Amino acid sequence: MDFDALLLSRIQFAFVIAFHIMFPAFTIGLAAFLAVCEGLWLKTGHEAFKRLYLHWVKIFALAFAMGVVSGVVMSYQFGTNWSVFSEIAGSVIGPLLGYEVLTAFFLEATFLGVMLFGWNKVGRKLHFVATCAVAIGTTISAFWIISANSWMQTPQGFAVDPATGNFYATDWMKVIFTPSFPSRLAHMLIAAYITTAAVVLAAGAWQVLRGRVTKPTRWQMRMASGTLAILLPLQIMLGHESGLIAHEYQPAKIAAAEGWCETAPIQGTMLIAWPADNACGHAGITIPGTSPYLFAGTPEGEDLKGLDQFAPEDTPPIWLVFYGFRIMVGAGLAMLGLGLWGCFLWWRGRLDEKGLFHWAAVPGGALGFIAVITGWIVAEVGRQPYTVYGHLRTVDSVSPVSTAQVATSLLVFMVTYAIIFTAGTVYMARIATRGFDDDPKGPKEARRPPGSPMGAVDEPAETGEDIVAAD
Amino acid sequence: MTLDLPLIWGLILAIGVFMYVLLDGFDLGVGMLTFHARSDEERNMMTATIEPVWDGNETWLIIGGGGLFAAFPKAYGIIMPAFYLPVLIMLAALIFRGVAFEFRHKAVRKPTRVFWNSAFFGGSATAAFAQGLMLGGMIQGINVEGGAFAGGAFDWLTPFSILVGVSVVIGYLLLGSCWLVLKTEGELYNRARNWARMSLVGVAIAFLAVSLATLAIDPSVGARWGFTMTSIDFARLLPLSPAPIAGMALCAWLWRDLSMKPGPNAAPDWRPYLLAVGVFLSGYIGLGVSLYPYIVPFEYTIWDAAARDNALGFMLVGAGIMLPIILLYTAYVYSLFWGKVKPGDGYHG
Repeated sequence: MDFDALLLSRIQFAFVIAFHIMFPAFTIGLAAFLAVCEGLWLKTGHEAFKRLYLHWVKIFALAFAMGVVSGVVMSYQFGTNWSVFSEIAGSVIGPLLGYEVLTAFFLEATFLGVMLFGWNKVGRKLHFVATCAVAIGTTISAFWIISANSWMQTPQGFAVDPATGNFYATDWMKVIFTPSFPSRLAHMLIAAYITTAAVVLAAGAWQVLRGRVTKPTRWQMRMASGTLAILLPLQIMLGHESGLIAHEYQPAKIAAAEGWCETAPIQGTMLIAWPADNACGHAGITIPGTSPYLFAGTPEGEDLKGLDQFAPEDTPPIWLVFYGFRIMVGAGLAMLGLGLWGCFLWWRGRLDEKGLFHWAAVPGGALGFIAVITGWIVAEVGRQPYTVYGHLRTVDSVSPVSTAQVATSLLVFMVTYAIIFTAGTVYMARIATRGFDDDPKGPKEARRPPGSPMGAVDEPAETGEDIVAAD
Repeated sequence: MTLDLPLIWGLILAIGVFMYVLLDGFDLGVGMLTFHARSDEERNMMTATIEPVWDGNETWLIIGGGGLFAAFPKAYGIIMPAFYLPVLIMLAALIFRGVAFEFRHKAVRKPTRVFWNSAFFGGSATAAFAQGLMLGGMIQGINVEGGAFAGGAFDWLTPFSILVGVSVVIGYLLLGSCWLVLKTEGELYNRARNWARMSLVGVAIAFLAVSLATLAIDPSVGARWGFTMTSIDFARLLPLSPAPIAGMALCAWLWRDLSMKPGPNAAPDWRPYLLAVGVFLSGYIGLGVSLYPYIVPFEYTIWDAAARDNALGFMLVGAGIMLPIILLYTAYVYSLFWGKVKPGDGYHG
């Protein structure tokens, strides 16, 4: 394998976008959670919801800042490393990203200020409007990004200019609403809610393990368990729907994800796999004959394409897609289990009694992020070797920059992100694991009025070691 | 009548970049000035003046990157590889600075607090300098062959681009200190007026130096202003001269405002910032006159590099509706946080 500018650019893009996606995934969900908490507080007047809001908004501020700075990076990556792609596909995909900035970025970034620093400056209702504006902004942002990405997966509504070879749109509605778009958008939004619910549940479980059960803790565990139990079945259906569409438009992706080595009318589902010397590089224990149920949409008499149907140069890197898919599904099922378990305990009235569930739920907080990243690996690595599926190859998309430059930038991003990720995670975990005061008007709350300029961020640490980011 | 869509988008982009310079300019400037903070309390007061608005300010930078991609993909595909390293430097600096807003309050131990405070002013200064390097690189021109960037990794690094880099840093310091004049009181306010005076002198010198260097470095820019090797063409120069003359006049006015003794007859505190904006605007117009209609200077005009008309038209609908709305709610949020930051505001303990 040659570490040329192409390979390094791919590694860099994968790295910066995998890093970035964790924060939008978390903040889309958290913004919605905050809007729900604030809405419930305004509606019911229960202090617990207000305290939940004031607690989680601090974590939101951190996550949002990390999302913003890593997002600015993304808006320059296309040009610095994929300039040929930018020029060829810019007239089609550029406007979708332009619309994201116009309709979403400004909305969320501007009202974030009100949300964090406006608690004492605006009325309750107006503050709630600001929270909703941020939540809506994050959702609109997802709409455009998934739209642009879905066009790269299942492109349509465009033509090629014979003079320049550049793409141009012929039908904007078709460009925005490609076949894979609706199910992928829903899949991503639900993934964001699930990821956040798993984190909220983990933080609540930690409180229980520490023996600090308060009303907000109880509510956050209930809300998170319920969310997981309801949304995961829906998410599995949406994922399946996405798979069916990919099967129709990107059969190589599905063949790689499912581990179908050979073309056959009926395929199985591989449960456990190990490396082997065949078309897909692994063999395993398979439940035979499951595909007629899973891929019922396939026309009668048509074979399900295996990897033997695709030339090596048209096949995505198999093991990443194959194992990524399995890890995603596994993480999803584990979260489903947590959600059902939590709801069962809620029903039995034991959700806030220290137990095995809480020990499982704490590390379970990472499952959503694992599923999001591996899911995106399946989607994006599965799209290879194309940037615009079937029309523009990755190898023909890269910028004319030197290997040394890309190696430098990759190193800089890795070091930078390692530092801010470590620090950010430590700081967020510190807030998330801190208990709620029993008295809502206790000294801590009073000391940090959130309407003051420092309110959202100025936090004395209670416990824990500070990380040493500096030398 | 058909609209000249590339021209309209060129204008929108130019306004977007100018908005970025005005808004993120002052918060990068305040970031740099935190270097001079005498105490944590003073530093916190300085950051408190920008905390509610910096996110929105930085979004204008995405208009720069995203707008260039969407409206002028060819220019985006040439400019970004050409400035690969300065873009990287700017992004890394903005990352450190952006998270430092939050992290510096979270750090418990002294070394980490010092680290994030340094990341804050260091990141602010580095980002400003890198933006200046890119601007300088743009003015001096980009090596293009066969429709793609064909230069070296360090083409942008010249004495000229360094001069522009330093100038941008000084310019942002002026915006930042004028912002502090608007937003603070007491001791910090007096120091901010001092900083503003010092950076104003710097800006005046930088203004002159960059203008002369630009005329010297690129004969086509000189010719546009009416300067040739041997003569001055006043028919060209005179219609363009209001921009630099207004710039000088605004500098003088700003100096007068900043030098007044505080008292009932003193200039209102919002005026220095507004005048500084005027100084920037005159420089920006001068720059526009020098480069128009090129978007990749002296290689591609806005018409050469524009996306298809149907893409520009599609986006114009969105921009026509959304930009006024964005400006309205941005103004609303600014008015919400209008007024001086009080000393001791929001400190726990």
